[in-house]
Amino acid sequence: MFSYTFHWNQALKALPQMLDGALITLQVALLSMVIGLALALALTACRLSGNRVLGGIAATWVEIARNTPALFQIYMAHFGLGNFGIHLSPYTALLVGIAFNNAGYLAENFRGALKAIPDTQTRAGRSLGMTPVQAFRYIVLPQMLRVAFLPATNQMVWAILMTSLGVTVGMNSDLAGVTQELNARSFRTFEFFALAAVIYYVIAKAVTLAARALASRLFRY
Amino acid sequence: MIEIQNVRKSFGSLEVLKGIDLTVEKGEVVTVIGGSGSGKSTLLTCINGLEPIDAGRIMVDGTEVHAKTTDLNKLRRKIGIVFQQWNAFPHLSVLENVMLAPRKVLGLSKEKAEEIAVKQLTHVGLGEKLSVYPTRMSGGQQQRMAIARALAMSPEYMLFDEVTSALDPQLVGEVLDTLRMLASEGMTMICVTHEMKFAREVSDRVAFFHKGVMAEIAPPEALFGAPKDPELQKFLAATH
Repeated sequence: MFSYTFHWNQALKALPQMLDGALITLQVALLSMVIGLALALALTACRLSGNRVLGGIAATWVEIARNTPALFQIYMAHFGLGNFGIHLSPYTALLVGIAFNNAGYLAENFRGALKAIPDTQTRAGRSLGMTPVQAFRYIVLPQMLRVAFLPATNQMVWAILMTSLGVTVGMNSDLAGVTQELNARSFRTFEFFALAAVIYYVIAKAVTLAARALASRLFRY
Repeated sequence: MIEIQNVRKSFGSLEVLKGIDLTVEKGEVVTVIGGSGSGKSTLLTCINGLEPIDAGRIMVDGTEVHAKTTDLNKLRRKIGIVFQQWNAFPHLSVLENVMLAPRKVLGLSKEKAEEIAVKQLTHVGLGEKLSVYPTRMSGGQQQRMAIARALAMSPEYMLFDEVTSALDPQLVGEVLDTLRMLASEGMTMICVTHEMKFAREVSDRVAFFHKGVMAEIAPPEALFGAPKDPELQKFLAATH
């Protein structure tokens, strides 16, 4: 019943190609985080603005991003927008989809972090003569970053893993795309995907450990 | 001089200050006593403009606190306030807590701000704790740090809002000693407190608040020795 012969050599020979793919994966994930962080800041500002329209848009964004499959979000960026004549390349569509997802989760993360800092901290700053901006910049923000930092690194890991959904919109240069093409040519599915999984694992783990090391340096209190 | 004239303040339908008149001269120490919800703490946060008022006015050295043209950020530099919850900035060391406002608000150099901070922290007995993070200290130490933080702005007035109420009993003494020291140095102070013995010792005048009204104000000997207001008589009988 178990007569499969492993051909690891074939997979290992393709390793350099797969590592090139891993770089693209990391690139998409990093870019999606940078864009996601910027968007999340904007969404948070909209939610705090008190403006009903801006607040509504931001709340809707967060709801959709967090409560629909990431796969659909990427699909929509590629095929959905295509219906309206907006044609994004697989790379761009993947980036847009993940950035959309990141922004939703990170905005919620920021909101929680902001809530975790008591108003009395701002009050203490204001009573020392600080302007609202100074009190936010020097007292609230540094504390917020600490609260938001580790959840944000989780999102980074999630972004790395989400890039693999790019194969569904024709992405073929990232780790999942490269692996899928190799598989299609050789049908050594297990070997190629196992190796790719190890690479994903190593990247994800490295990001987590690096973030933890950074956090213990940044937040000493 | 702080002049409080017919100040009224409501939270929703609850009127917490019902026309308060009080003048505090330079160098004077006034303590405010009274039950919970009598409006004492609200009055302090109105004096430095953290809370708006509904009627009347508050003048600090001739500047109307709640006038639209008043630069509150500037005014607050000369009015230090310390709260019941000390509100240490947890992400900064003790030294950095005290240096922050002199640097960012007064625009002092790092060296100058540090010099002031070390001086004030030594003054309140925390000269050995400069590099410690506040969460590693006791409540009494954190409260003394909060006092040093306010003093580092060289305020002309200090407002103390029940600064010992959240402390363990054995830590109250060290904070009251700090307040006594300030009073003896001639600092103008308004202290909201539940510490009757302290109020009796340090005050030039003691004010008794009851349900948003200043029911009685007198030098401590008179107020504690021969209280006239029936509510004050009840209050003193209950707290002794």
